[in-house]
Amino acid sequence: MAEFALPKNSKIQQGKRYPAKPGAKNVREFRVYRWNPEDGANPRIDTYEVDLATCGPMVLDALIKIKNEIDPTLTFRRSCREGICGSCAMNIDGTNTLACTKAIEDCSKGEVPIYPLPHMSVVKDLVPDMTHFYAQYASIKPWLRTQSAAPPKERLQSKEDRAKLDGLYECILCACCSTSCPSYWWNGDRYLGPAILLQAYRWIVDSRDEDTGTRLDELEDPFRLYRCHTIMNCTRTCPKGLNPAKAIAEIKKLMIERRA
Amino acid sequence: MSQFDRFRQPIKNARGLGSAKDGVHHFIVQRVTAVALLFLSIYLIVFVVGLIGADYASARAAVAQPCNAVLLIAFLIASIWHGELGLQVIIEDYVHTPWLALTSRLVIKFVCVLVALASILAVVRIALGA
Repeated sequence: MAEFALPKNSKIQQGKRYPAKPGAKNVREFRVYRWNPEDGANPRIDTYEVDLATCGPMVLDALIKIKNEIDPTLTFRRSCREGICGSCAMNIDGTNTLACTKAIEDCSKGEVPIYPLPHMSVVKDLVPDMTHFYAQYASIKPWLRTQSAAPPKERLQSKEDRAKLDGLYECILCACCSTSCPSYWWNGDRYLGPAILLQAYRWIVDSRDEDTGTRLDELEDPFRLYRCHTIMNCTRTCPKGLNPAKAIAEIKKLMIERRA
Repeated sequence: MSQFDRFRQPIKNARGLGSAKDGVHHFIVQRVTAVALLFLSIYLIVFVVGLIGADYASARAAVAQPCNAVLLIAFLIASIWHGELGLQVIIEDYVHTPWLALTSRLVIKFVCVLVALASILAVVRIALGA
C-alpha cells in the first residue's frame, strides 16, 4: 500500500538554532531540513537566522551565506546560479523550485522552510538521489533517431516545425515537476513522470525524428504514461514556466489519433 | 519508491518489464462512458424527478416503457463500466502489494459484473411484464 506514515527513523526532530550576529537589522529565519547518513540520527530542522542586509536577494544566496559564514556542514547542490542547470531544485516555502531564481522576499512565510525535493531518497541534507530519474530519462533514448540517410549538412526543419519545440526544449530536467506529482510519488518506479514525458514529447513532435511510432509504442503503458491523472502540480510548480501536463495530454491525443 | 537492488544498473530498473503496449483502450472507454453518462445522468434525474409522487404501479409502468427501459439499461452499463475502470485506476495507484492488487481487481470485476447483470435483469423483468 501507499506509505502514509513516516518510519520511526525518519521522524523529523527539532534541530539547532543559529542566531544572527548582534546588531543584525534585517533578519530572516530559514528552517532547513538536515540529515546525515553517517551520524545515525533522525532528520532534523535547523533554524538559521540570516541578516538580509549582507545577503544576496535569492534563496540560494542565503544558503551559500549559511554554508560560508554560519554552518559549513550544510549540504546542497548548486552550479549556475541563474536557473539553467537545475542543480539547486528543492522544496522552498512549500513549493518545488530553483533556489537560485526564488527571491527571498517572494517567500510567504516569515520563517522560510527549505526541504529536499519530495519523496526522493535523500543522499544528504538537501541533496536527493536522482539516479532513477536520470535512468528514466535515458530509457526514452532522448536523441534524434532517423531511418533516412544522413544529409551532407544538418537536417533541416521549417520555422513552423521548429516552433513546435518551444515550451519543450527549455526544460532543464531539474525534477521539480516530477517530484511534485503524487502519481510519481506513489508509482515513480514505473511512471515516467512529467519531466521525462515532456522530454519524450519533445522528440515525438520533432519533425526531424523518424522513430515516432516506436516512441509512442514505448510509452503506451498503464504505468509509464497513464498514471498521469491531470493533477497539474507539474505545470503549477515548473520554475521555467513550462507546461508538462499539456505535453502529456498531446501524447495521449497522439495515442488515440494513430488508432482512429 | 522502494530501494532498488544496488547491484543492478539503474537503466535495468527504469526499463523494467518494458511497455505493456496497452492502456489506450482503457483511456478511451473511460472517456466514452463519461460522455455517455453526462447525457444519461441528466435523463435519469429528469426521469426520477418525474416519478415523484407516483404510486408503485405507475412507476413500474414508466420503467416498462421501451424508451425508458433502454435508457435505464444504457445508464446501468455506462455507470458500472465507468465505475469499474475508475476503481481499477485507484487500485493501480495505491495498492502496491501484488496479491492484494490482483485480488481486489478480481473482486471489483466480479462484483461489478454481478451488479450489472442483476440490475439489468430487474429492468428487463419489468419491461417484459414479468
